[in-house]
Amino acid sequence: MRKTKHFVLSMFILLTLGTLAACGNGDGSSSAEEEQKVEVDGSSTVFPIMEAVAEEFSAENPDVKVPIGVSGTGGGFEKFIAGETDISNASRPIKEEEKKLLEEEGINYTEFKIALDGLSVVVNKENDWVNQLTVEELNKMWSEEKGVKTWADVRDGWPEEEIEFFSPGADSGTFDYFDEVILDGAQIRKDAALSEDDNVLVQGVSGTKNGIGYFGYAYYLENKDSLKVVPIVNSSGEAITPSQETIQSGEYEPLSRPMFIYVKHESLKNDTVYNFTKYALENAGSMSEAVGYVALPDSTYTDALNKLDEITEK
Amino acid sequence: MNLVDKQLVKNKMGMRLIRNKLIKQLFLMATLFAIIILGTLLYRIFTQGIGYLDWEFFLSFASRFPEEAGIKAAIIGSLWLMAITAPISLILGVGTAIFLEEYASKNKWTRFIQMNISNLAGVPSIVFGLLGLTVFVRLLEMGRSIIAGGLTMSLLILPIIVVASQEAIRSVPNDQYEASFAMGATKWQTIRRVVLPAAIPGILTGGILALSRAIGETAPLLMIGALTFIAYLPENIWSGFTVMPIQIFNWTSRPQEEFHYVAAAGIIVLLVMLLIMNSIAVFIRNKFSKRY
Repeated sequence: MRKTKHFVLSMFILLTLGTLAACGNGDGSSSAEEEQKVEVDGSSTVFPIMEAVAEEFSAENPDVKVPIGVSGTGGGFEKFIAGETDISNASRPIKEEEKKLLEEEGINYTEFKIALDGLSVVVNKENDWVNQLTVEELNKMWSEEKGVKTWADVRDGWPEEEIEFFSPGADSGTFDYFDEVILDGAQIRKDAALSEDDNVLVQGVSGTKNGIGYFGYAYYLENKDSLKVVPIVNSSGEAITPSQETIQSGEYEPLSRPMFIYVKHESLKNDTVYNFTKYALENAGSMSEAVGYVALPDSTYTDALNKLDEITEK
Repeated sequence: MNLVDKQLVKNKMGMRLIRNKLIKQLFLMATLFAIIILGTLLYRIFTQGIGYLDWEFFLSFASRFPEEAGIKAAIIGSLWLMAITAPISLILGVGTAIFLEEYASKNKWTRFIQMNISNLAGVPSIVFGLLGLTVFVRLLEMGRSIIAGGLTMSLLILPIIVVASQEAIRSVPNDQYEASFAMGATKWQTIRRVVLPAAIPGILTGGILALSRAIGETAPLLMIGALTFIAYLPENIWSGFTVMPIQIFNWTSRPQEEFHYVAAAGIIVLLVMLLIMNSIAVFIRNKFSKRY
């Protein structure tokens, strides 16, 4: 009695797993070839641009499907390496270890810049003393070991009031970039309030008199009535306020960062992916402005299109 | 003889009445606290979202223009997901519950399984997402499809359904079994004709509540790589998909304030959907549980 019971049970489990596996292998691989499809995944920062591009592209080519995921830059590359996507969105350049993994998998790819973002450092509206900040001052304020407590610690003459810090979460590309150019590997202060949602940072800074925070330019632009943006001194010694012009011209640095898409060469042989990539590069400028980012100079897009044709030999 | 010291009672009476009132107020405040928070939430969401809630909202795909953005792909995606998750999790969950309650002998081994099922109900959903990514998406090569998402969600709510079904089966009175066996019915006949009909309200209530959890869950689906933007409807279980919570999450994280209103409209739709599902659960419980 007991033996038959066990037998039936194990057969049932085997059968279930078996059917699942069979279905999985059969249908999953064949459907990708017949359909006109461009698989995109990656950074949530780049997502709005690609969403806008895909929206327009699908309107012109109703047969083509362009699904876009938001696994984050790192998660997107992971899928790119696994061969699951054609295009990977990234808010930072590819890392060495990711390059190595792609090489091991034999995946050739090209990096295209599609837009710019200017990380904006903001303070509360009532803050009337901060008129500009240097990279050194930012570093001093944000690193844990420098022990800055009040504004007076940053610059003489500023009030002795405790500063409150707001920063994007450690998983975001925004944090990565700030960490790289401002903190230069130093530990970020532990009392900073971290949030993955930039809107929470906006509310934090606009509601805290001694608050300071940083996030993408679009979030500042949308909330410029309730925030005060801080001009940052660039490498040639000028204090520059982030704006469409200063970010595009490269004057606003070092906090301007490019955003990328990585395209798999193998996929470009497919006309659908080629057409979509071409469309994306042609329209990335206007689309990124539409969703709150800054376009690159026109020549960058022309160069990118030429590079695309070189790769595909068209 | 005076058994009760009237003077003592009189002295203490005032204090006792005050304490009684105090405790009552305390519990009332606890209730009000929850209600006020719920009220504020609903008020905020409705005032923000109602303006964006029209037929167009249900009939359009996501868009970069807030006024054109719609929730069509997400609603259909959520429905597809339910269509996979509901049957799989109910069949496997009720099956497990019947086996554990009716067939399995009570020994160390079954107690171990029992304990693990209860523990699984408390595992963070993201862990199920990781499992789904490794097993369904990668190992079984299902890709970022509805079937992979549905199976992951089934795993997530399976423990809840098993536990609820076990409770329901256990609460069927023993007399019923004995009566059935006395009539000469076999074990299977008893389960099918006596136990299940009596337990079905409990099972369905638990099942629907578990499904309500699945429909509001985001983390595991983001993990397996459910999409955020699709401008087409899923055709079959192998298609990519998006669901309502993912779409809402995406809208709330946008810088443009209008998108936050669109998100509020999405939340209203999701709330209404949850309300309908929970009402069905209540309806079933009331309709069928009058048998005893």
